[in-house]
Amino acid sequence: MLDIFDILISAGFWAATLRIVSPLILGTLGELICERAGVLNLGIEGIMTMGAMCGWMWVYMGGDLWSGVLFAAFVGALFGLLHSSFTVYLGLSQHVTGIGITLFASSLSYYVFRMLLPNATTPPKIVPFQPYEIPLLSDIPVVGEALFSQTPLTYLALLLVPAVWYVLYKTPVGLAVRMAGENPMAVEAQGINVLSIRTGAVMVGSAFMAVGGAFITMSAFDAFYFGMINGRGWICVALVIFASWRPGKALIGALLFAGLDALQVRAQQMAGAIIPYQFFLMLPYILSIVAMVIMARRASYPQALLTPFRRGERT
Amino acid sequence: MALLAFHHITKRFGSLIANNDITLSLESGEVLALLGENGAGKTTLMNILYGHYLADEGYIEVDGTPLPPGSTDAAIKAGIGMVHQHFTLAENLTVLENIMLGTESLWSLSQKQTAARKKLAQMSLDYGLAVAPDAPVSALSVGERQRVEILKALYRDARVLILDEPTAVLTPQEAESLFSTLESLTKRGFAIIFISHKLHEILRISDRVAVLRRGQIVGSVATADADRSSLAEMMVGRKVERPSLDPMATGKAVVRLEGVTLQNRNEVPTLDQISLTVHQHQIIGIAGVAGNGQSALADLLSGLSSPTKGTFELLGQAVTRASPADIVHRGVGRIPEDRHHSGVVGDMTLWENLVSEDLRVPPVSRGGFLIDQKACIKRAERLIEQFDIRCEGPEAETKLLSGGNMQKLILARALSPNPGFILANQPVRGLDEGAIAYVHGQLLAARERGAGILLISEDLDELFSLCDRIAVIYHGKLTRSFDAKSVTAGQLGLMMAGQDPGDIELPSEQTIEQAKASISDTLQDQGTKIHAD
Repeated sequence: MLDIFDILISAGFWAATLRIVSPLILGTLGELICERAGVLNLGIEGIMTMGAMCGWMWVYMGGDLWSGVLFAAFVGALFGLLHSSFTVYLGLSQHVTGIGITLFASSLSYYVFRMLLPNATTPPKIVPFQPYEIPLLSDIPVVGEALFSQTPLTYLALLLVPAVWYVLYKTPVGLAVRMAGENPMAVEAQGINVLSIRTGAVMVGSAFMAVGGAFITMSAFDAFYFGMINGRGWICVALVIFASWRPGKALIGALLFAGLDALQVRAQQMAGAIIPYQFFLMLPYILSIVAMVIMARRASYPQALLTPFRRGERT
Repeated sequence: MALLAFHHITKRFGSLIANNDITLSLESGEVLALLGENGAGKTTLMNILYGHYLADEGYIEVDGTPLPPGSTDAAIKAGIGMVHQHFTLAENLTVLENIMLGTESLWSLSQKQTAARKKLAQMSLDYGLAVAPDAPVSALSVGERQRVEILKALYRDARVLILDEPTAVLTPQEAESLFSTLESLTKRGFAIIFISHKLHEILRISDRVAVLRRGQIVGSVATADADRSSLAEMMVGRKVERPSLDPMATGKAVVRLEGVTLQNRNEVPTLDQISLTVHQHQIIGIAGVAGNGQSALADLLSGLSSPTKGTFELLGQAVTRASPADIVHRGVGRIPEDRHHSGVVGDMTLWENLVSEDLRVPPVSRGGFLIDQKACIKRAERLIEQFDIRCEGPEAETKLLSGGNMQKLILARALSPNPGFILANQPVRGLDEGAIAYVHGQLLAARERGAGILLISEDLDELFSLCDRIAVIYHGKLTRSFDAKSVTAGQLGLMMAGQDPGDIELPSEQTIEQAKASISDTLQDQGTKIHAD
């Protein structure tokens, strides 16, 4: 038990947690924005893969890092547009469309990667985002190393949590998004176009997801390879429920999951000789399920989630 | 010049003509009632005005300027406000949020909450419409929600207020306070379009009545020159007479409850030691204010719950653990309280809904697991004919039916097997005159054939016109039943408010109106007590 305690106060553990949590925060916020508008976006896993590939490829082809992030966001938004044209305008099943987008976007990512780099055997590398040490704050022992020596995308992810909260709860457009997820007819009755609001939300949310994917190839690692999103998108979908569709709780949930993940890597090294390492790999997921069961009971989901809105139709 | 004018509006849904060449106008300060049966096209016309629907032909003018069609935004800017029958409110959001939506530019970086709160408070005061701005809508009563809907329209500076069946969900007291609000609004020059099929309300509140039938305006009269029967005739297209009850000798008992107690999950009794017997050729009414155990009683009799204590005998056999299928096959016809929620599956076809209680019985099923679609459709066609269900055919989606026709479908399913016992829970709620007469006629015919019927209703008029005997339910307790001819509305009213029948003197000459007044007084007392706590 003492060993676990040692891990918990080590700067390395917290630094790793923040690194792991960044793509989860971006993905979760993205999914949260979509669902708040009433659209479940199961394309998240594929859109993250697409973002990972596009951002990385942009830099590999000679672009700079920040424009790579923007490019990933742009491509993500396009996939959001694709998702909403099926689910919002045509009112098709959000589940089926989302899974379809995930399959399509993941496959397309690998295909484009292979097309552009047909001869690469070992994954080629780029120079990723470097840690940016915040002056003064990063000099604080332990805390400084853990919290203030991260890459810029991690800071961005953390700052987006209050930003998304502000937009959702303090601006007219945020109110319209939330209302579209609760009762689209109320939005329509106030003279606002429900379809535009939902499409906009899905596009912005998908852009967030793609940036979350780009974090993995441009900040956490320096290469793109097969299967690297590895279910993070699905974790984000679960985290949104865990968070009861609230940005602040989403941050807590993501941190919890990332912390457990960082912990299990270290626990493996400690106890790997006695307990099979697969057991530790499993831990964060099991604990997440437990946490979900407890939290989801009280979750109040957006009432019009999954309900398509059709104008001028008899109900 | 008229404030608002419809010119030759026509709207079709597929082959159905919902509005046919409608021309109508409205002056400021006027209350125009739009009267018509369910499905006559009242709501469709208003949805065109408010921009929800696009008319196929015709146009609308406000102050002589054509209104851009199909845009709610344009309608709101032209000063039109609509209080929808199904409120357009987000329950998880606050009152203020619901009202503020759409009042500011979407791209502004902050909300002017303080200013909005101030304006709302001022309006609440001006119009006498009190609301708590920060309460979530889910915490409001139906009457309060309607107030929010009205405020939403007034907040956007509406001059024309459309109210679509505003009293359908209100208690009599709430309806009365709505009427006084509307009166004060017209004094300030607002024009109001009031949609209803309740004649007494229309006579009470409107200046002019336009009657719609099957999508067409069939008449427009000043309310002063109209009376109940002339309006009813115009609306339905023929004379409507409510069927009356002939005395009849009763047969053997079909339902017998002895000391039945039903407890919910928190061990609170929802039915407390009730005893009741229903005989053949007899209609027993259950009077009571909503929420006093009517649902629990209906659940018990339709097989959705089993008694915790006591005996329940159905057609001579004891029921211990019942399932709904069981109850149906023993010969119970059920007319549920909420036809949309538990009566039909809206997304399924008429024939599927019509056979849904006989899925494992021939001829619907072959061998107990295959559905014989041809036989089902044949049966559906026969029932559609027999019960006069107006529809596009057995393959049509059930949700497209009007309320009255949906209820006819339920009647067809429940009554066609000639059940020995019929549970009718609020069978005419939300129906128009013609449909009410139809439902009542069917129930009386079933009584004639020998069924025993339990009629749960909150409407004393309905109970008196239909029942042989009436019992009162209060806080899960049921009084003994009284002969409907000797008991008065006043006595029932006292029992509905919780008085012991033993304490009530029989010869009281109260009228129904007085009884209603005494009930509402009691309710208000209860309300104040709750608030005081």
